[in-house]
Amino acid sequence: MENVFEIRDLSSWFGENQVLKKIRMDIAKNSVTSVMGPSGCGKSTFIRCLNRMHDMTPGFRMEGEILLDGTNIYSEKVDPVYLRRRVGMVFQQPNPFPRMSVFENVAVGLKLNGRKLSRADISEKVERSLVMAALWNEVKDHLTQSGVSLSGGQQQRLCIARALAVEPEVLLMDEPCSALDPASTSKIEDLIEDLSEKYTIAVVTHNMQQAARISDQVAFFLMGELIEMDKSGKIFTNPSDKRTEEYITGRFG
Amino acid sequence: MPGTISFRRKAVDRTMKALFCLAAILVILPLFLIFFDLLIKGGKELKLTLLIDLPHPVGEPGGGIANGIVGTLVITLMTMLWSVPTAVMCGIYLAEYGKGKFASAVRFAADTMTGVPSIIMGIFGYILLVLPMKRFSAWAGATALSMIFIPVVVRTTEEMLRTVPTTVREAALALGIARWKATLRITVRTAWPGILTGILLAMARIIGETAPLLFTALGNQFWQSHLDQPMAAVPLQVFTYAISPYEDWHDKAWAGALVLIAMVLVINIAARVITRQKR
Repeated sequence: MENVFEIRDLSSWFGENQVLKKIRMDIAKNSVTSVMGPSGCGKSTFIRCLNRMHDMTPGFRMEGEILLDGTNIYSEKVDPVYLRRRVGMVFQQPNPFPRMSVFENVAVGLKLNGRKLSRADISEKVERSLVMAALWNEVKDHLTQSGVSLSGGQQQRLCIARALAVEPEVLLMDEPCSALDPASTSKIEDLIEDLSEKYTIAVVTHNMQQAARISDQVAFFLMGELIEMDKSGKIFTNPSDKRTEEYITGRFG
Repeated sequence: MPGTISFRRKAVDRTMKALFCLAAILVILPLFLIFFDLLIKGGKELKLTLLIDLPHPVGEPGGGIANGIVGTLVITLMTMLWSVPTAVMCGIYLAEYGKGKFASAVRFAADTMTGVPSIIMGIFGYILLVLPMKRFSAWAGATALSMIFIPVVVRTTEEMLRTVPTTVREAALALGIARWKATLRITVRTAWPGILTGILLAMARIIGETAPLLFTALGNQFWQSHLDQPMAAVPLQVFTYAISPYEDWHDKAWAGALVLIAMVLVINIAARVITRQKR
């Protein structure tokens, strides 16, 4: 299988505090990769390295390489703004833009990232993104309503639509369901499965059942190290590392 | 006896609540006293002629402060024309980019300027513009008022931008939007009602300022359309009329003060309406 991301010996620090230790990992195209592990294991830090969200964090430092289609995304030549158009992100807390309508929330990325699009093009892309995010039927009559007036689960799907609108290749999701109720969670999980046909998806989760349900491959992080990465079926039934086994059998974490 | 303690606690509770409430009444009382006093004393001069006529000489009945009202509006608009962009952009700098020593220095300077007596701003305008131009002017008045307006708006803009959650900025950047665009079109937009309220409140403040205009705009008995000439303003007219020895001018001073308070009130209400729309 073709790899979209190849992560080579990625280490990172916040100040003196080392958060990631020599991570080596591949993320395959059009698949769902879950990153799981207990709180503080570095999984969020890791995924935010993939679209350079740490660039503005004071005291952040990293070593190693992250190759996207063979190019190191931290090299001088790579503009983080363009990188983020290819690698979109959905956050832990649903964060629609306040003071923007449902429509504007999805359209704003298209309008502000420098492409000249006609009004009709934008409308069409907004609709397509909302359909893809399985939100269209619920909001099609309320497009001018404020984005933050939606329910939590709808807000998160709105954020997914917003990310999809700029047509990224990769979608990073940082615990996208942790603030949602079970019904909304199951909607998002279905959505992740559908989206993986077209997109490469990396999901951070601390929920093992979720990782088992949605992923093709699972990476297990512990104390900033990648302990094990394998096919979802294998890692939950027959993990190779003892620490993975201890984690999935609930002995810690 | 437990009952006694409970009774005492309730009594203390009520007394304290009454004290807090009393303090609140004391705070708003002056506004009402001023307003009613002005209505009574200025009300009789509050006619249409006051708003549309030029001042008349002493002893001659009638006359108004129309040139002052227009002058105040002109000087205020001039001030805001260059002060709003400067102050808002400086506020953006402090909230979004300013992390180092320079930013702290700017913050400190702005806070200090907010506390500087307004007459000093008048003297500053006098030295900076009136002396070199060898004449009093609307330009000089607006410059002096800017010194009052800008630091206030800088700080409120910064505060308002700080209320925008980091998650909003992150979401914008994650869409591949350039930082300056994300800042202007998303972060500032999110905080805009608050920023606009700050601008309006600062505007209400400079509309009533007298001291900065004494040595700069000076005042004028006539219409003046040239911005490099002395210009009338309502606070200056109130000042001139109030310290004059003539009874009919005193009445005009009261009426002028009433007009001034009305202007401030309108702006404050507008600010309230905007803040309410935010929710």
